[in-house]
Amino acid sequence: MASTLVEKIFSRRCARDVRAGDVVMAPIDMAMIHDITGPLAVQKFQEMGGRTVFDPGKIVLLFDHQVPADSISAANNHVFLRKFAREQNIENLDGREGICHQVVMERGRAAPGDIIVGADSHTCMYGAAGAFATGIGSTDMGFVLKFGVLYFRVPETIRVTVGGKFPGRVGPKDLILEIAGKIGADGATYQALEFTGETFRTMDMPGRMTCCNMAVEMGAKAGIVPPDDVTWSYLKGRRDITPFLLASDENASFSMEYSFDASRLTPRVAVPHNVDQVVDVAKVAGTHIDQVFIGSCTNGRFEDLKEAADVLKDGTFHPDVRVIIIPSSRTEYLKALKAGLIERFVSAGALVEAPCCGPCMGGAFGLLAPGEVSLSTSNRNFRGRQGSTDAFVYLCSPATAAASAMKGEITDPREV
Amino acid sequence: MRVWKFGDNIDTDAIIPGRYLVIYDPWALATHAFEGTRDEFAQNAREGDIIVAGKNFGCGSSREHAPLALLGAGIKVIIARSFARIFYRNAINVGILPLVCPEAGTIEDGAVVTIDLDAGFIESGGRKMPIEPVPAFLKEIIDAGGLVGYARKLEKVKTCTESQ
Repeated sequence: MASTLVEKIFSRRCARDVRAGDVVMAPIDMAMIHDITGPLAVQKFQEMGGRTVFDPGKIVLLFDHQVPADSISAANNHVFLRKFAREQNIENLDGREGICHQVVMERGRAAPGDIIVGADSHTCMYGAAGAFATGIGSTDMGFVLKFGVLYFRVPETIRVTVGGKFPGRVGPKDLILEIAGKIGADGATYQALEFTGETFRTMDMPGRMTCCNMAVEMGAKAGIVPPDDVTWSYLKGRRDITPFLLASDENASFSMEYSFDASRLTPRVAVPHNVDQVVDVAKVAGTHIDQVFIGSCTNGRFEDLKEAADVLKDGTFHPDVRVIIIPSSRTEYLKALKAGLIERFVSAGALVEAPCCGPCMGGAFGLLAPGEVSLSTSNRNFRGRQGSTDAFVYLCSPATAAASAMKGEITDPREV
Repeated sequence: MRVWKFGDNIDTDAIIPGRYLVIYDPWALATHAFEGTRDEFAQNAREGDIIVAGKNFGCGSSREHAPLALLGAGIKVIIARSFARIFYRNAINVGILPLVCPEAGTIEDGAVVTIDLDAGFIESGGRKMPIEPVPAFLKEIIDAGGLVGYARKLEKVKTCTESQ
């Protein structure tokens, strides 16, 4: 019987034919915890009677939401997790590597066919590497730490096919915002989103990460790009794995199918306060902005910073706008440093911070006052997400963010 | 016992803002539930109150602080047209019963709701409304009071790799 890519991943790991709708207790290939959800996961692990974790080598532990510690409580949480890591013999990447999802990807901890859970909703990003990866809560994670397995309802799959080449200054972020606008904030709930078609086949890994990262904004359990040459060559030197074929069968059954034409896309903006409130940049051009944030697991990679720098050129940021730029990891930071991007951003008036979640976390720093407006390359514009519940967050691509930061208002990057 | 009525797409940032994620105690979290969007909830919610919401309740972040904050406020049941999946699991895991009711939108704020789980309906304002059955595999976790209680009883977990 024909199967979807996700059904194949579960069938492979369960060594029997598994279909959408089946409930399985599946083995976990990798589990990720960070400083916000980790302490509670450890507490639950202990409440469940856990003494030693299922496999320290399969756990990625790091701090990214509150680094360096922004409060004594945060510092205490870090101390608690450091101690746990030492006791359990888990490698602790602490707060030095960057945002969890970026670090997992660049260390090759996600690969085609893996079943991965992370105590963070944007864990779905690892679908860019052909893994089935989903976000879970801390109690589920406590269970995983103890038993190394978790129950899943194998999801149905929505296939999103995208063709065409992106026009200038339009890219993966505009595409995923467009897709979120069409599918809606709950249009993919309990299901997996499979991203396919010529546009995805020719998209680089950073672009795929941006798209898979936002699958959860449509309620999806996972986002996944069928592994291909781009995937396998990304994994070279990161993971010792022999390429194999993993794709949905031609006549697999999908719960829904959508198709998009990338060549007709224009820069997109999600307006407050929902990710699926997506409009053409022209509709909000001229909107006053107080803060611009370029970063996050969605858009903090070298390619994103380069996209912003290409718009900025030798220009400067508007003096009335606070521009916060945060590379998503130490590796990406170094790439940007060596390419001279950081120097350009700082010269242009930006605050460049060390790799972390930054304002997207809505608690560490870069918070908004009532009435203020933020334009952000991150993934969520919920009311209060970046500070005051009376503030406004708009989401866009790095190119749109850079163009707008220069002008002091939301601006079409094609006009700069 | 009263209903606290909410709309569609209530996200976990609204339930508990990011700046309180260093707290893990349900009662301490409860004092900040819906802060800035519905402040009277934290002040007035009582043990046994019920949240009734539209579609996609609990969307966004995987923070378990969200169901914990509601639990700390005395909420044991949430009735919604639909739930975001991570929140749905988290709610069950911490001991809150999430019930899917397609007609949840007709229930009014401040109303009283009675629940007949076995018969599969809820009643409010003289109206009977069907609720979707809880999947069987989740029932065991609910009956154990949450995933911790369920896990404590497990010696070993039978994984899908073992013969069924």
